[in-house]
Amino acid sequence: MKPRALVLTGYGLNTDYELAHGWELAGAQAERVHLSDLILQRVSLKDFQIAAVPGGFAYADDLGAGKVMAERMRAHLMGDLLRFIDDGKLIFAACNGFQVIVKLGLLPGISEYGVQEATLACNDSGRFEDRWVYMKPEANSNCIFTRGIESLYLPVRHGEGKFVPKDEGVLKQMEANGQIALRYVDEYGCPAGYPWNPNGSIESIAGISDPTGRIFGLMPHPEAYLYRYNHPRWTREELPEEGQGLQVFKNAVEYVKREL
Amino acid sequence: MAHRIEVAFKPEHTDTLGRSIMARTLSDLGIHVLEVRTVEVYTLAENLAPQELELLGSELFSDPVIQRYSVDVPLAHDLAWDWLIEVGYKPGVTDSIGQTAECAIKELLHKDVSTFSSRQYLIQGKLNAAQAHQIAADLLANDLIERYSIYERAPWDGVIPLVIPAVHLDHTPSVEVIPLDGSDEELMKISRERLLALNLEEMHAIREHYRAHRGERERLRLPPHPTDAELESLAQNWSEHCKHKIFKGRIEYCDPAMGRTEIIDSVFKTFIQGATREIAKEKDWLVSVFEDNAGVIRLDEEYNLVFKVETHNSPSALDPYGGALTGIVGVNRDPMGTGMGCRLLFNTDIFCFADPQYSKPLPKGLKHPKRVLEGVRRGVEHGGNKTGIPTVNGTIRFDERFLGKPLVYCGTGGIMPARLNSQPSHQKIIEAGDLIVMVGGRIGADGIHGATFSSEALTEKSPTSAVQIGNPFVQKVMADMLLEARDLGLYKAIHDNGAGGISCSVGELAGRVGGVELHLEKAPLKYSGLDPWEILLSESQERMTVAVSPDRIDEFLELAKRRDVEASVLGRFTKTGRFHVFCEGQTVAHLDIHFLLDGHPQKKVKAIWKQPRFEEPTFPQPKDLGETLHKMLGRLNVCSKEYVIRQYDHEVQGSAVIKPLVGARDDGPGDAAVLWPVEMMRKGSTRGLVVANGINPNYGDIDTYHMAALALDEAIRNAVAVGADPERIAVLDNFCWSSSDDEFRLAQLVRACKALYEYAVAFSTPFISGKDSMYNDFAGELNGNRVKISVPPTILISALGIIDDIGKAITMDVKEAGNLIYLLGETREELGGSEYFSLMGEALHGERFIGDGVPQVDAPKAKKLYLALHEAMTEGLIRSCHDCSEGGLAVAASEMAFAGGLGMELDLRQVAGATQFHRDDFLLYSESPSRLLVEVRPQNQKRFEALMKDCAVSVLGKTVETGEFCLLGSQGRRIIAENIEELKASWKRPLAW
Repeated sequence: MKPRALVLTGYGLNTDYELAHGWELAGAQAERVHLSDLILQRVSLKDFQIAAVPGGFAYADDLGAGKVMAERMRAHLMGDLLRFIDDGKLIFAACNGFQVIVKLGLLPGISEYGVQEATLACNDSGRFEDRWVYMKPEANSNCIFTRGIESLYLPVRHGEGKFVPKDEGVLKQMEANGQIALRYVDEYGCPAGYPWNPNGSIESIAGISDPTGRIFGLMPHPEAYLYRYNHPRWTREELPEEGQGLQVFKNAVEYVKREL
Repeated sequence: MAHRIEVAFKPEHTDTLGRSIMARTLSDLGIHVLEVRTVEVYTLAENLAPQELELLGSELFSDPVIQRYSVDVPLAHDLAWDWLIEVGYKPGVTDSIGQTAECAIKELLHKDVSTFSSRQYLIQGKLNAAQAHQIAADLLANDLIERYSIYERAPWDGVIPLVIPAVHLDHTPSVEVIPLDGSDEELMKISRERLLALNLEEMHAIREHYRAHRGERERLRLPPHPTDAELESLAQNWSEHCKHKIFKGRIEYCDPAMGRTEIIDSVFKTFIQGATREIAKEKDWLVSVFEDNAGVIRLDEEYNLVFKVETHNSPSALDPYGGALTGIVGVNRDPMGTGMGCRLLFNTDIFCFADPQYSKPLPKGLKHPKRVLEGVRRGVEHGGNKTGIPTVNGTIRFDERFLGKPLVYCGTGGIMPARLNSQPSHQKIIEAGDLIVMVGGRIGADGIHGATFSSEALTEKSPTSAVQIGNPFVQKVMADMLLEARDLGLYKAIHDNGAGGISCSVGELAGRVGGVELHLEKAPLKYSGLDPWEILLSESQERMTVAVSPDRIDEFLELAKRRDVEASVLGRFTKTGRFHVFCEGQTVAHLDIHFLLDGHPQKKVKAIWKQPRFEEPTFPQPKDLGETLHKMLGRLNVCSKEYVIRQYDHEVQGSAVIKPLVGARDDGPGDAAVLWPVEMMRKGSTRGLVVANGINPNYGDIDTYHMAALALDEAIRNAVAVGADPERIAVLDNFCWSSSDDEFRLAQLVRACKALYEYAVAFSTPFISGKDSMYNDFAGELNGNRVKISVPPTILISALGIIDDIGKAITMDVKEAGNLIYLLGETREELGGSEYFSLMGEALHGERFIGDGVPQVDAPKAKKLYLALHEAMTEGLIRSCHDCSEGGLAVAASEMAFAGGLGMELDLRQVAGATQFHRDDFLLYSESPSRLLVEVRPQNQKRFEALMKDCAVSVLGKTVETGEFCLLGSQGRRIIAENIEELKASWKRPLAW
């Protein structure tokens, strides 16, 4: 049976269509589910193996990116989410989704889930920016989504994406636990400043996982690079038909098929 | 008791907003400050317990990692500052942050707490009071919609007073009867004072109608004269904005030089619709044109595309941010309200501003162009990004005549299944008995008289209630819900609430059935105290009207509730032939529906054409043509717009196959957007769509006939350049005119429409929708003198094309060294209105040269060229393709070179038509239309030339590895040899903010 992926929608989330398509291409059965249907228990998280929180502007990012949606999920879905995680299932979150689950405390999730240990602050540039960035997975990463990936090239489209850990201790622990999944690099794979690190993230951190490696969040958009035609320079470069972002979803689907 | 919670960044974290305000204080106002820090303020108009306030401060309003908060104590106490400026909204202005906070507080405390947001700027620096005031008024706040207060540290008493900007209308709603039996002067006084924008003939028509219906009104116990609700509804429905009275008027057009006079019964019907009628005979892909809020064409057997472009000029002049934001979310509702509604795919935005470096004194009431530009840019950023619609294409034009009113064109396209629940999706089928449901935001006094206001010139006293501000979040939530309802078949028709509010939207829908009965007390209001006519006219944003069958209403309302969308049944459709409005059981308006929609007398105007003459300028060819090329690339109308484009999400939805920035370093200027909707990906189809625009008001100074032809050609050319099929391009016209009571201006309008007819038929590109904005004038005061600033007549043509295989799309950046560069199309010595003449005039003469030789389009030749080029693209022969527009051949070729990171060696002697020129600079910068530059691999030369054999085509040279852009002139000498990186730097510099 195909793994089932829930793609959250509603209240200003907006990359749900292409994210659902990404899961479909990766071999999952994707379903767009409105947050209010989860809260009202018309749809149950437990029927899915993968939960994905897309990008967008949940609640217009008023009161801080992802903040209000995080509070709504905390109030209504925390128990379901903890059970979901406990069942060994997978959570994926990109851009606004990443902001939501960091503020909800699912990532980095070092001390316990539900406690906010990091944030995504305003870009150092002070601007929303749409640009493509290079990323490199960390050697000791525990993240099941980025397994086997050597480099990633994806767009960022955000104004609040600067990863800031609560303190030095959180950062150290994340490094020790293999929770740093992706760092921004230049086209040669080396650490670099703006615009390669598009938002001024501490330690160039682009994406992180929880201590189990089964919850993964990042600012760039894997669902924006499913086909070679998504690449900004496909008319001039030799590229495989499949976009690099798709492997992220394939890894998750493989994992579900293998382990769940 | 009310409370304040304040939030600021912890000292060790950067306050990026504060930092950018500091930068702009210097760059925009020339005032040095040492530091700016910001404090977010939330004012809660409710008595709350201390633990509740702490909970809100810690859990909701602050980010514990980087921020701190205080409750009822100003954070300013322990921050360093010399001046503090607090900016908040005026009562009744949309405060989206406040609204979101209310919703979140309800989640946390289970209480309704009215919440208002404001922001403090804590400034360190040696400023005097005047400077502090200038920062507040000219940078931080727009006093039309915002209030501010200023505190100086030394005398500050430690208190910042609580301000609760709630609306309290001290007014008991009532209905007034307006007697129309006075003199003509009195009639016009009523029209003027109530901002009806009705002329005397129209006032007479209304009076006659009431006289004729006196008996019926007596029987119904209605007053013999119109109620305010009736008169206001008529004025809105008859407004220029809604009825396009000039476009639909009877025009007597005289061309004395030709000794000719003709009577045109509606330029719209004759020329615009006329062209489409002609073309429709041979196109089977037109689905719904001029019928609805937007035009509909077929994408494939299963899906249709919807497209609409509008302007939001007057509101953007008053409040650039709110005006542009509302423009975007407003035009979004047109495709949403077309047929059964669609999923929105893209935005395209074109702006016209005055020079952002404008340094002369400004007339009273006008904002500095840089402030306008920055506000509009930010409005479109928020409007587009926050609703998840990519901004895929656009441009910015600059001309001093846009100082009085900027032009803000906002376009939106969408996709819908061709059939929904086994019905064609582009039709609305309403029956008597169906319920009228208003969906979305609540009604306030905002935007009253928007339709009549935009039909008049702007003055320094223009009504501030005419500005309404959209809330993209509310609209996104509503749009999601309506799509669900559509797919479940819960409604039968949908229409947007735009200008004129319910009076227009319900009126238009009622016209399809034959009547309507409305009960205004059921309309959800933001606050009490609104008169019935105000409820009818309010343009409060984010509202759609839907027709729901009584047997689906419960399901519809249940879904709306579940999605947190407000929906109210306001009445029902009838067959009475009447627009019948009640409030609390009393009739407040009872109008014949046909009179309401079509009762206005046809406007009769006279247009007299006189060909303007501008001498051809005489000046010597510049000695250093390389330097001139740098200057041309740095022209505002040519230079890079990357600053703006990067801040728009241009690829959300994952469909942007050709993005606005292209090339080796993703910074070249793409000609048009190519989109591949997820619906096509999912069904394994490679079909996509192309979005392009054409605009250049300079040519209109000489002849609007050619300006219109050139805009159409440019839009088509841009679409073809990226791979659109020339046989499947639909276009939209968008006229922004000024002083439209003037006989010459009207003649310019007639000529432009004539050209659109002739050229659209010749290109077989049907118009599917359009819009006009006829009074883009500003009347104000400068140094005690009256000044009038009118925009130049400006036409935007927007193209929506189809591309069968998005994998065949082409970008403008050169790809490989050693390839051939061809110029397609003829170059003629026609530099009238060119960017080059503007440059030289400004440099030598203090103002732009216009010239007389306006470029002229040869449509049959151009069409043949575009078809042949498209065939070459389909066969994969083209490596890159770029259209020649402002700055002609030299600008286009250098853009291709630096975008591709390669040099070029070109020989001007090869240009088709080169022998007609006696100087190289004219050949370099002539703006002859219908020309494109293409790059072809040498091995494809034969096949390509065979395909193009009937067109004017010449090999100009080739691409080279060196990074040098070299041109040989007519004497065979090298006239330009410039490094491409330096050329690119010149092109990027002007707007690299």
